[in-house]
Amino acid sequence: MMPAAGGAGATRVQRAPSPDVRPRAEGAAAAALLLVLLASALAAPMLAPYQPDQLDLDRRREAPSAAHWFGTDELGRDVLARVLYGARVSLAVGLLSAAVAGASGIAIGGVAGYAGGAIDAVLMRATDAMLAVPRLPLLMIAASVLQPSVPLLVVLIGLAGWMETARVVRAEFAALRGRGFVESARAAGAGHARIIGAHLLPNATHVAIVSLTLAVARGILLESALSFFGVGVQPPRASWGNMLYQAQAALSTEPWLAIAPGLLILLTTLSVNVVGDRLSRRG
Amino acid sequence: MARFLARRVLQAAPLLLLISGLVFLLIHSVPGGPLAVYLSNPSVRPQDIERLRRALGLDRPLWQQYWSWLGAFVQGDWGYSFSDGRPVAMRILERVPATLELVATSIAFALMLAVPAGVVAALGPRGWFDRVSTALAIAGISVPAFWFGLVLQMIFAIGLGWLPSSGRATFGGGGALDRLQHLALPVTVLAVVQAAAWSRYLRGSMIESLAQPFVAAARARGLPERAVVLRHALRHAIGPVLAIVMVDAALLVSGAVVTESVFAWPGLGSLFTEALARRDYAVLMAMLMLASTAIVLFNLIADAAHALLDPRVARQ
Repeated sequence: MMPAAGGAGATRVQRAPSPDVRPRAEGAAAAALLLVLLASALAAPMLAPYQPDQLDLDRRREAPSAAHWFGTDELGRDVLARVLYGARVSLAVGLLSAAVAGASGIAIGGVAGYAGGAIDAVLMRATDAMLAVPRLPLLMIAASVLQPSVPLLVVLIGLAGWMETARVVRAEFAALRGRGFVESARAAGAGHARIIGAHLLPNATHVAIVSLTLAVARGILLESALSFFGVGVQPPRASWGNMLYQAQAALSTEPWLAIAPGLLILLTTLSVNVVGDRLSRRG
Repeated sequence: MARFLARRVLQAAPLLLLISGLVFLLIHSVPGGPLAVYLSNPSVRPQDIERLRRALGLDRPLWQQYWSWLGAFVQGDWGYSFSDGRPVAMRILERVPATLELVATSIAFALMLAVPAGVVAALGPRGWFDRVSTALAIAGISVPAFWFGLVLQMIFAIGLGWLPSSGRATFGGGGALDRLQHLALPVTVLAVVQAAAWSRYLRGSMIESLAQPFVAAARARGLPERAVVLRHALRHAIGPVLAIVMVDAALLVSGAVVTESVFAWPGLGSLFTEALARRDYAVLMAMLMLASTAIVLFNLIADAAHALLDPRVARQ
């Protein structure tokens, strides 16, 4: 999404390269924030003041207070507890769907770039085809048809997001394929698997990692959008997206229901994108 | 140029065929099919369901269904909506004006935000404006559109009461001002999210453009800086960005699903969510194919425009 140009080729270099410290600090801050989010998701059972599905019908729809920092929902469940447990689902879907997208993208792009010729042409046309189908509507159809469990949701979101990784990995492989070190490895008797694994892949990790960070942010956004439409993670299990789906119905009376999950989605995708932006400028 | 175009069109056709096959397979792999809604209804007899299945051609092998769907679709016969029996084309067409109004206004506002922001940021890379606009752009790319919409509704419709929270016009009313008030919030969501991405592209393109020799030459001829930036550098830099805008415009129509749903905007996005809820396959299939065709077509136009401006592209 971000142009790779960055500020590196700038005409007017106003200062020496050292003031690059600031973006690096931002990247570190974003990475630290992500770690905090991940740690609190993992530690949800210890941090949450209540059980996420514990009903308290006497204290329904309460505004934030000392007892319930983020308020309660229409069944008297504690919003803070639900947000913490929801983080586990939302972050897991984001990270694992990016892993699925990355693995399939590297495999498809790697084979296309290494093999070239007809295989390359077929795989890249398939990539073009997938890129031309609007992603969210396609996923909405698939999710409403399959009514997926969380693991299946991970696979679906992952399979809808491999194309960007495939393209950058293919380009990298195609550029490296004819280089001297690959030729000499081949002359020394290395097989296809060894050339790909030991010589091409390590050189493509940088571009792959940048596209993977974008896939994490996209995965989290897609999960939340699907759950917001009621076809993603199903209640009573909380995810940030389905908490917003609930919140929409009570926007005028219980606005606090929409604040916490939305802010957490924004903070997470923002941090992931800042880290990705930082990584893409190095290299 | 003609050969270049012909080659690109020939590449696009199998692409769309592949997409149609994929989407058809997905939509028709549902257990129960479009008649699933009747299966749980005790007052519909099994023989009625069987009759409907045959009438809709759902008892035939999948490839035969696909083949007859494809033949009809390319001839402009998109079938009938399962939910209200009207022609699919009519249901889609009646929603087009609302979506066009929303998307066109959003693109105009997004450009009004993105072009000045991208140009000013490129004039002082790593200056304060560049940093602030970069931060805002990353925030704009990261924000979930539906939540942004909810927050705007909370502030401007529920809290302050300045603007209507949903719909395209007040029922029965509908003067020009009323229409504009209904447009304000959904347009803000779409425009901000798009402007975030476009301003980054323009910034990158402008930085490259300002480094070109012709910019130095223009400066050497003593042109005022304003003319150097706007008439020389920007004109060179905006081409590739407009190509991206073209392609994004097609995506924006399909991306309006979320925004239209949050604001109950009666356009194509709302039609999609309605059709999905009712498992109206004929409508879903036609909409996905139209969206994909539009994306492929807009890509093609962007390539053609690029080739027209830079003949080296066509010769490759």
